[in-house]
Amino acid sequence: MAEKNLLEVQSVSKRFGGLMALDRLSFAVRENEVLGLIGPNGSGKTTMINLISGALHPTAGDIFLGERLISDRPARYIARIGVARTFQLVRLLPSLTALENVLAGAVFGHKRLWGREARKYAARQLDRVGLGHAVNLPTSALTYIDEKRVELARALASDPRVLLLDEWLAGLNPTELRTGIDLIKSLRAEGRTIILVEHVMDAIRSLCDRCVVMNSGVKIAEGSPGAVLSDKEVIRAYLGDDHA
Amino acid sequence: MTRREIASVMAMLVGLGLVAFLPRLESGGYLMSLALPIAMYTVLATSWALFSGPTHYISLATGAFYGVGAYVVASGISFIPYPALVALAAIAGAVLAALVGVATLRLSGVYFVIFTLGLAELIRQLVTWVQNNMTGSRGLYVLTDITEPIIFWELLVLAAAAYLVGWLVARSRLGFALRIIGNDEAVAAHCGINSAGCKVILFVISGIFAAVVGAVMAPRFTYIEPGIAFSAQLSFQVVIMALLGGVHRLWGPLVGVVPFTLLWELISAHFPTQTVLLLGVAFLLIVYFIPQGIVGRVEQFARRLATARGPRHG
Repeated sequence: MAEKNLLEVQSVSKRFGGLMALDRLSFAVRENEVLGLIGPNGSGKTTMINLISGALHPTAGDIFLGERLISDRPARYIARIGVARTFQLVRLLPSLTALENVLAGAVFGHKRLWGREARKYAARQLDRVGLGHAVNLPTSALTYIDEKRVELARALASDPRVLLLDEWLAGLNPTELRTGIDLIKSLRAEGRTIILVEHVMDAIRSLCDRCVVMNSGVKIAEGSPGAVLSDKEVIRAYLGDDHA
Repeated sequence: MTRREIASVMAMLVGLGLVAFLPRLESGGYLMSLALPIAMYTVLATSWALFSGPTHYISLATGAFYGVGAYVVASGISFIPYPALVALAAIAGAVLAALVGVATLRLSGVYFVIFTLGLAELIRQLVTWVQNNMTGSRGLYVLTDITEPIIFWELLVLAAAAYLVGWLVARSRLGFALRIIGNDEAVAAHCGINSAGCKVILFVISGIFAAVVGAVMAPRFTYIEPGIAFSAQLSFQVVIMALLGGVHRLWGPLVGVVPFTLLWELISAHFPTQTVLLLGVAFLLIVYFIPQGIVGRVEQFARRLATARGPRHG
């Protein structure tokens, strides 16, 4: 099945003063694919997500969504044409209820609904992530995994063409982790295109179609999870020379 | 409309209707001298809160817009009909707010506060300079046959308009966007919201109201000079009253305006030389002890009562 590329990152670099956070990184995400972005801490994964979502802009290189160049556009534009994200440290809107948080995605994102239709749709997204009972709860009443679910529902509510999950599974206990992995698996089964930054190896193996492995801002491997995780260079990056 | 909204609208109309009879009650004018500032500050504080409530941007530009409105009337009163001048004042306020907004609302909060504080002073100096160098007189006379009761009624209409606009904004996409921006601007951007655009629109709305209030009040002054029209004290008073009442409800500022205006009357009568000092003290006390405003405190108290009576669902 030869799917076409939905998101293309072409030779992107990002410099923070004297630090080269990303150095001529290129990869592509195909439609309906789950791409894992992995690598040790500080390898530039979150920076990459920030560049795609428009929170930051690359020093050099281009990012395309379909035919559209998005790398010099503001975050609000990129959100509207169909890129939604979650944040590494959950960012909910504290004075809004769970439903209103999700509504934010449905009203202003790619989907752009309003009124009763938007509320119904947002409620269905909450139900979708298993929070149908929490619709009117204030965010302060939510547990950690439920906060993460609300954030995911908010991203889903915009019906994005590409979903960016920045360590969405981090910090969950083993039971929650299983729930979380199943949830993302179900999104994958729906045919969502997802870029996943993740450290949890079980999740990477069971969720990703393909992985891009980064170290110190450069791509060191790309391929199926099984192949890249046994790659010598990758093992060296994670565990040091002794284990390679 | 929900039943609750209909009840609120009825309450507002009945309230305004009753208050509108105030000028008929007396002949001395003391009541009017209290009611007029209350009506004026209600419009100013309510429209101020429309912008500053959801965005948490403290604007000290009320005095600038108010002064511009008053000056538009003062400079045109001898050759342009008054209603047209009020419309011109609204346009001037909108243009000024749009310019300031586009220039400063991209900046983070604290720069915005300083800029708006400087704006009234800047315009005051400009007007003074123009008057000294081009017209040769310090002030302008505003001679009309508009009486205090008429000004009062005009302010009541403006108050109704401020509530109507606030209600319309709150139930629109714009209002929802502002709540999100007030919570987390980065999330707002990633939801697809144009934060700067939303803030500019709201700032323009509050600028229009302040300018129109200035235009409505101008006939009451009879003689206008820059020091009176562009007053930093007015800007601060509006902020204090709105914060005292509470900015998270549309009618919150009103709850602050009434007691503060009465208190202010007392202060200016008994301590005329210490007004600015006492204004500062009031500011500190309010921000320190009741940051949520009276309305916020009352709601907090009501919630505590509700939970004490027994945990209800929700």
